[in-house]
Amino acid sequence: MLRGVLGKTFRLVGYTIQYGCIAHCAFEYVGGVVMCSGPSMEPTIQNSDVVFAENLSRHFYGIQRGDIVIAKSPSDPKSNICKRVIGLEGDKILTNSPSDFFKSHSYVPTGHVWLEGDNLQNSTDSRYYGPIPYGLIRGRIFFKGGPRLSLLFSLQIKELTKKKNPASFYQLYTFT
Amino acid sequence: MDTGSACGHDLPGLGGLCGQSGGSVNAGMAQSKGWVRRYFKAFCKGFFVAVPVAVTFLDRVACVARVEGASMQPSLNPGGSQSSDVVLLNHWKVRNFEVQRGDIVSLVSPKNPEQKIIKRVIALEGDIVKTMGHKNRYVKVPRGHIWVEGDHHGHSFDSNSFGPVSLGLLHAHATHILWPPERWQKLESVLPPERLLVQREAE
Repeated sequence: MLRGVLGKTFRLVGYTIQYGCIAHCAFEYVGGVVMCSGPSMEPTIQNSDVVFAENLSRHFYGIQRGDIVIAKSPSDPKSNICKRVIGLEGDKILTNSPSDFFKSHSYVPTGHVWLEGDNLQNSTDSRYYGPIPYGLIRGRIFFKGGPRLSLLFSLQIKELTKKKNPASFYQLYTFT
Repeated sequence: MDTGSACGHDLPGLGGLCGQSGGSVNAGMAQSKGWVRRYFKAFCKGFFVAVPVAVTFLDRVACVARVEGASMQPSLNPGGSQSSDVVLLNHWKVRNFEVQRGDIVSLVSPKNPEQKIIKRVIALEGDIVKTMGHKNRYVKVPRGHIWVEGDHHGHSFDSNSFGPVSLGLLHAHATHILWPPERWQKLESVLPPERLLVQREAE
């Protein structure tokens, strides 16, 4: 009786460990489902939207300007942030509002990226804490679930992957 | 083994098919085919269990790494390029990003995300550090960041060059030297005496 229960417990623990490890490998190296909260990426990603993130681009260093990425927050490593990549290393970023007379710019240092939310009035991003190291990026969002899931699949992909509109007052110049 | 009647009972729809194939297969050939299939099944099962478990262990619990460079002399690599130390990296200790001053840690380099660097933690968030070679004389470490330095000042690419690093870049805590055998020891978490802090965050 006891041996049967013990055997069953060991088997349960074994299966739990096995599936936990497979889940870890899947989330770490392939991708997963993430829920975003907060208004900083409206209207592209609404509060409490479910998005699909893939981690392959990060491992192969294929993150490009205009991608929406999930990264660890630089001031709190246990929480994640969801922003759009505006500049890669070497890019020149204008960091002031159009009302200022003197335009101030800065260059993104090597190994760093410049992130901004789509909802510029309501977003804490690189304009506040500066460029973040590339090593903090966890994954890239490629698909968003929502009420328009079934009908507008292709439009959503286009919206998520479009490059940031250069007509906004943040312009950027590539260096090389 | 009477396969024909067993098939007929359990799978009424396929009874006719089972009866035909059961009669014509040679007993010896069926046994060798079964051996190959069983071996293949066992291999797949073992593979899909062993590889994720091993990968998860190396990512989350502990792994081993060779130290290169002279930035942590004399604690690590005192012999220079002749003999590189091999250290045990403990991921489990830093799973909640808890480090103490004086720990030797490995982190992703902020200047080159493909490279990992190994340095000593000098200051935690809120401390004020007197820098050696940084553009500011005194730096207050922001929230969620740490200040790391190599023991060999002047030959080390550390926070004196790139400033405080975010805790999210923390990779592991180096606890023991494993190789060469005469240098087998536990690495102590001590701050070098000349790097006492100007001001500590109130505990």
